[in-house]
Amino acid sequence: MSEIQSTYNYKVVRQFAVMTVIWGIVGMLVGVIIAAQLVWPELNFGPWLSYGRLRPLHTNAVIFAFGGCALFATSYYIVQRTSHARLFAGGLAAFTFWGWQLVILLAALSLPLGFTTGKEYAELEWPIDILITVVWVSYAIVFFGTIAKRTVSHIYVANWFFGSMILTVAVLHLVNSAEIPVFAAGILTPKSYSAYAGVQDAMVQWWYGHNAVGFFLTAGFLGLMYYFVPKQAGRPVYSYRLSVVHFWALIFTYMWAGPHHLHYTALPDWTQSVGMVFSLILLAPSWGGMINGIMTLSGAWHKLRDDPILKFLITSLSFYGMSTFEGPMMSIKTVNALSHYTDWTVGHVHSGALGWVAMVTIGSMYYLLPRLFGKPEMHSVKLMTVHFWVATIGIVLYIASMWISGVMQGLMWRSGNADGTLAYSFVETVKVTYPFYAIRLVGGVLFLSGMLIMAYNMFKTMAGGSTVDAPVLVPAGHHA
Amino acid sequence: MSDFVSEFWNWYVILIVLVSILACGAFLWSQSIHHPAGAETTDTTGHVWDETLAEYNNPLPRWWMWLFYLTVVFALVYGVLYPTFGRFQGVFGWSSANEHKKEVDSMDAKVKPLFDKYLKMDLKAVAADKEAMEMGGRLFQTYCMQCHGAAAQGSRDKGFPNLTDKDWQWGGAPEQIVETIANGRMGMMPPYGGNPDAVGGESGAKEVANYVRSLSGLSNNSELAAKGKTKYEAVCFACHGQDGKGMQALGAPNLTDKVWLYGSSEAKIVETITAGRANKMPAWKEFLGDAKIHLLSAYVLGLSTGTEKN
Repeated sequence: MSEIQSTYNYKVVRQFAVMTVIWGIVGMLVGVIIAAQLVWPELNFGPWLSYGRLRPLHTNAVIFAFGGCALFATSYYIVQRTSHARLFAGGLAAFTFWGWQLVILLAALSLPLGFTTGKEYAELEWPIDILITVVWVSYAIVFFGTIAKRTVSHIYVANWFFGSMILTVAVLHLVNSAEIPVFAAGILTPKSYSAYAGVQDAMVQWWYGHNAVGFFLTAGFLGLMYYFVPKQAGRPVYSYRLSVVHFWALIFTYMWAGPHHLHYTALPDWTQSVGMVFSLILLAPSWGGMINGIMTLSGAWHKLRDDPILKFLITSLSFYGMSTFEGPMMSIKTVNALSHYTDWTVGHVHSGALGWVAMVTIGSMYYLLPRLFGKPEMHSVKLMTVHFWVATIGIVLYIASMWISGVMQGLMWRSGNADGTLAYSFVETVKVTYPFYAIRLVGGVLFLSGMLIMAYNMFKTMAGGSTVDAPVLVPAGHHA
Repeated sequence: MSDFVSEFWNWYVILIVLVSILACGAFLWSQSIHHPAGAETTDTTGHVWDETLAEYNNPLPRWWMWLFYLTVVFALVYGVLYPTFGRFQGVFGWSSANEHKKEVDSMDAKVKPLFDKYLKMDLKAVAADKEAMEMGGRLFQTYCMQCHGAAAQGSRDKGFPNLTDKDWQWGGAPEQIVETIANGRMGMMPPYGGNPDAVGGESGAKEVANYVRSLSGLSNNSELAAKGKTKYEAVCFACHGQDGKGMQALGAPNLTDKVWLYGSSEAKIVETITAGRANKMPAWKEFLGDAKIHLLSAYVLGLSTGTEKN
């Protein structure tokens, strides 16, 4: 217990933290470009920079490059500090950094070149899938190895979420990416076809797709929340019991919710219903995390006034609560009949992706960066506050415009004339959504601007900073 | 539910879904029974991580617990009423296929008289009826505009015919239009007219292309066109006719007019000759039925018999 273990491994945390900001800018820039293409189709330059190829690049970049680096950085930081032990297998941890950057680089090349499996959020072709598997298994070894060598008996709640994320993403990736490479003229090509066919393929894909949201973007980022909110608020987590119940309920229930992506398709009715009822059951477990986060701040609300980090964290929890309410509602078949295939879905995804994932990540990075570079705080606290407001206004513009255009699309698509024909042709619905696409673009540009402010602030903070790793702390006395 | 190869799986999915829903409720019960929801506390679990991280012993928020129970109960009730547990159809016997059929049937019954009214009328009379043409236009905007365009002007060089001109690939008589929409058409230009040797490969195709351009008064190399003429008269005439005016029974286009489905440049014509063209108008009989096809035919007829368009 009193063994002194030199220092925490901050190097890999620093690397991932800096790349979180860089990839955030890249991913969101691609998002802004495709949003602009929807306003000005002339901006589709050749096949390589066309919407169809840039859109998967945007989703992969923000989820796996931005989100992924954020998860690596924070989980490596948190698992060390809450295990009171230096990161297990430092060399392997370094490999996860360079391996993950290689995955991102290969994605950025192969997607515009047109290599895709066509599976949403799993577009990368089989050679990259294998690399992802190797990196991810290394990640699991580093993470669980650190848990194993912890010098405290109890495992902190944030690590439950990271652990479940790492295990589940491994299973999801392996099962959904099962594919058969194509041999052309006897030569192995980077192209492959799914091992599944028809509606089974669709079901496996959305079991994967929804759990990518559930585990990568929800459970993983709840791990951030459970560390940085109590740390920054300086208060204990609101309820241990609640964290136990909502953790197990969340990871159990998410597994079932995938079929709601396939309402009114060839999927059997009963399977669709299973997806719907479990999505509704998911509401309370999801909200458990929001309650635990927001109530942790009760008694310290005044800190919100001038602490931009807490502003980011608490706002992220509000968006989290909102989108985890919206999600179950949209999974109800009758609601889905209106919302499916419309911009409403796009708005919903971004209230989660910008409002929750990006905001909680930004807040956490503002907490981490000065500590990683030996500074008392970020270079400019004022710019953090500016970033907060620019980002928040951007999100609101984005979500509100997509809500309006989505509901409008849904209503126009389904409205008919007395003679049974459709009241509107498709192009008429495109025409009315046009102004909202422009508003969405403005929202996206604002959010991206916030990230640029953050990058400036980050480099200023790094400049002249020292990269000294903190010593491993001896755990406080237990009362078990 | 008859897709499973063995009876075992039918029961497996029913049980695993039922048990999983019940497990959510049972788990919540087990976690709240010894720690009743309610009053907040100020004591912590006693564990401390990273200097300051601790956890309060607060019980589950009561309203949250009841929300959780409510969704579990909803899931069970929904599963009894609607198909959720495998092949058990639910008390209401609901299925998405039946609901769709019910909606389609009721709408069909509602609009049938509207269309039947015109089915009895002569096509030309329908084309002159303002209300009928409005209905036809709405049908066109639903089913035809994807290929022929919102203004019915086809798409230049892509093979989708302009329906507003006086040119007809398969004939513009009322019964011919009905036939085109009802049973579809397969337009087929074989590469080199099926006889590459007689055309003389790519260079021969270039000669033929120049001759074809001369037929409609487009600029051409007269030397090449003269060579092309003999080739045309050996191969192409079979479908396009000696005079180049085409043959509607085969869908062979008239080459002497200004209408070009795949473009009139020399390069485009060479491409048409060397690679051939396959064109398809799908058959709508099954999907739309006689009455709607009658109305659509009248609409299409009206498009080109109205004021002169170009």
